[in-house]
Amino acid sequence: MSALLALEGVTVDRDGAAVLRQVDLRLDPGERLAIVGPNGAGKTTLLRTLVGLERPAAGRVRLFGNVCASERDFRALRPRIGYLFQDSDDQLFCPSVIEDVAFGPLNLGCTEAEAFGRAEQVLEMLGIGALAPRISHRLSGGEKRLVCLAGLLAMRPDVLMLDEPTNGVDAENGRRLRAALHGFPGAMLLVSHDDGFIAELANRAMAIENGRLSPADIHTHPHRHTHSHPHIHAREG
Amino acid sequence: MTLPQDLRLRLVGAFLVIASLSQLRTLAVAGAALAAVMLFAAWSRPEPRLWRRLVHVEGFLLLLFATLPFTLPGRPLFTFGPLTASVEGVERAMLIAAKVSASVLLLMAMLGSVEPARLGSALRGLYVPETMVRVFVLTARYLALIRDEARRLHEAMVMRGFRPRSNRHTWRSYGHLVGMLLVRALARAQRVEEAMLCRGYEGRFPRLGQPAPAARDWAGFGVAVALSAAVTLADRL
Repeated sequence: MSALLALEGVTVDRDGAAVLRQVDLRLDPGERLAIVGPNGAGKTTLLRTLVGLERPAAGRVRLFGNVCASERDFRALRPRIGYLFQDSDDQLFCPSVIEDVAFGPLNLGCTEAEAFGRAEQVLEMLGIGALAPRISHRLSGGEKRLVCLAGLLAMRPDVLMLDEPTNGVDAENGRRLRAALHGFPGAMLLVSHDDGFIAELANRAMAIENGRLSPADIHTHPHRHTHSHPHIHAREG
Repeated sequence: MTLPQDLRLRLVGAFLVIASLSQLRTLAVAGAALAAVMLFAAWSRPEPRLWRRLVHVEGFLLLLFATLPFTLPGRPLFTFGPLTASVEGVERAMLIAAKVSASVLLLMAMLGSVEPARLGSALRGLYVPETMVRVFVLTARYLALIRDEARRLHEAMVMRGFRPRSNRHTWRSYGHLVGMLLVRALARAQRVEEAMLCRGYEGRFPRLGQPAPAARDWAGFGVAVALSAAVTLADRL
């Protein structure tokens, strides 16, 4: 069976220095692969290379079995990959939430009615139907992240690529985000610093350091101890 | 001859020379001035990227050569279908091209590689109104950030299957993009101002004392003054 996404011996240079070195990676159907590593290790570059926003100096990028080298090759396959950017503000550009979510389906050739129908449906599914008429740049960080995800899901991608999806997301919206991702039937490639999130969602992990990728383990330690949790509740009465 | 190291004198010198270049009426003098400025520019060896700025201007000048000969009446030079090019028109286009090229080349050689922030303090030193200086300095500071933001938004659009075509969806999407950049730029400007206020900004940048120009700076400035007087005299006599 061929991999959905694959990098074969990929090296990416920036300003003369290698950001990725001889990276091999494959993502198979049903996999939820987490990539962990320190800041500046090349995680975001890895995701950008997979969708053709960075071009490798050496090696091959293969999407859904096809070798992609030119903008033309990537362009045809990008709609099947939903890429959640690290900064939601980079993704939201339409004045209202519903228009932003309908943008992808419109690009896929849906009629306006279909596109807005899909957008409403996805927003409902994520539990944020009420946000549809809101102005996109006035949302909270967590709301913005969910709207970005809605914009990707409305395109019905085969793969989701998530760059630090839980950054700046509050508890309530974080719960919605997790529920939506658990419900996503396709494969997933996620980059995160949030160990709890990775342990909950991923079924394979790799570590990246100084542009080199290597397999990693996800394990949970059973803990048996008592400790106190600080809780903050609204006062009653 | 050396360029005045003192930016105030350099600014005033460049302004004087360009002001006198702009008033030239004879082609021979304008051509000679252009040749002199070209020699000066070649001698001062500006960075290669600065030459690219000149290319933008030359593109505009080509437009002048395409229109002026046919619109200015005079002795016919040649006919092109129903259009007749005049000798006067070609001469006028050459005169303007020489003046504009010389001015831009001079600016490039004298001020092209100066940091915008340093130009700001020089302008302040020359008692240019604070508002204008601030608009200039902050534009120079934030243009790169806004350009980056535009690039990332555009990448996110491409990631969601956007391909520019000549249809309503494309124009509306570009409209959204520009609108969002303006809204963000305004919001950023407000945040920057708030941050400035929090650090005690009261509507004025502190005016840093500037050392008096050295004697050799005055010498360079003198050369600029002499040059502008010379071209004006040669032109009018």
